[in-house]
Amino acid sequence: MEALKQKAKDLLERGEVKAIVGYTKGTGDIRRPYFAQRPEQVDGLVLDEACTQNLATYATKHEVRHLGKLGVVALPVTQRALLQLMAERQIRDGDVIVLVAEEGNVEKGNVKELASAAALEEHLALKTDVMDEKDQELLAKLNAKSREERWAFWHRELSRCVKCYACRNSCPMCYCDHCTMDCNRPQWVPVASHDLGNFEYHVVRAMHLAGRCVECGECGRACPVGIPVHLLTFFAEESVHRQFGQRAGHSAKLDYALSTFRPDDKESFIR
Amino acid sequence: MEEKFEPKLTAFVCNWCTYAGADLTGTSRIKYQSNVRVLRVPCTGRIDFMLVMKAFQKGADGVIVSGCHPNDCHYTSGNYHARRRWMVYKDLMDFMGMDTRRVTFSWVSAAEGVRWAQLVNEVTDQVRALGPYAEYQQLVGAGIE
Repeated sequence: MEALKQKAKDLLERGEVKAIVGYTKGTGDIRRPYFAQRPEQVDGLVLDEACTQNLATYATKHEVRHLGKLGVVALPVTQRALLQLMAERQIRDGDVIVLVAEEGNVEKGNVKELASAAALEEHLALKTDVMDEKDQELLAKLNAKSREERWAFWHRELSRCVKCYACRNSCPMCYCDHCTMDCNRPQWVPVASHDLGNFEYHVVRAMHLAGRCVECGECGRACPVGIPVHLLTFFAEESVHRQFGQRAGHSAKLDYALSTFRPDDKESFIR
Repeated sequence: MEEKFEPKLTAFVCNWCTYAGADLTGTSRIKYQSNVRVLRVPCTGRIDFMLVMKAFQKGADGVIVSGCHPNDCHYTSGNYHARRRWMVYKDLMDFMGMDTRRVTFSWVSAAEGVRWAQLVNEVTDQVRALGPYAEYQQLVGAGIE
């Protein structure tokens, strides 16, 4: 922890970054995002097991962006998201300094400073597993069900959706200024949170994240009614991986899977 | 008196191949079932998954999406892009429990008037056998109340 604070303080004092995005103590055991803009503010930084939020979400927000160059305290999920944002040209290479705590030793471990996309790629290349086991199990369980059971499952789950858009807003990849959901000419998806609107909203969200989801699961954590919405984007991402052999969040040179093609893409259902 | 169920089909077809193919079916005086409503779009690359969702939302029991064969696209690569999108979309529909038997993807060229008639007949029979898409209409109905 001290190493992190020291590093953050150095960066701010030297003027290398204008703000450090990290975590601080929130209510109870909750950790909340924290923006340190002056060297003396780094004392509020906290980094421990309770920190789960993907802070990459803030890197594209206008309010944060105008602060200037950022230092971001990054968990593996945040690292992948930042790299994907660079691949999608939302962050310029070098506009963000990524602060990474060395393996599992936040308390006394060192803090690595990754200042470029290449360094981030190299760091992430060491990690191959993406999804956690619980989600893998859930996906496998759902896939093993019959179509009718899956329909019933999603119908039941999505009926609780209140369309608060927390899943959209918490997602680091949902950065569009004009979202299809806010478009009412034409009104693609009904605004109200009824069965149809909910179902279509989640189809749209998953499709728009297919090939771009870094599988951080932030949407699922953000959901106030506990719908496993992250399984939808995970599934879409896995589908892209299975069929096109690429995964988001591992390279800054990745082409968006659905805006490119290979003449020999294999499918079995087109008549 | 009970009315016999006749499925409503929506077909999204590309201007250059399937639409011309369907036109050929007509000019060749080939008869096929009239359950299909043909909607012409510039290219299969234009067929967003939202259009398919909209068709189901508006009461379609089945959807046909059709365009130029690979390598034949008027815009060189529109159908290749479309193919990738369908591959993911079909997967996702299945995962969310939608009935993928109700969506048919196909390539029909401008010269395949006979094939278009066959395709529509086959799909119409298939969807007629499946019956109305009650599951989805239940969602739509919940929206109206």
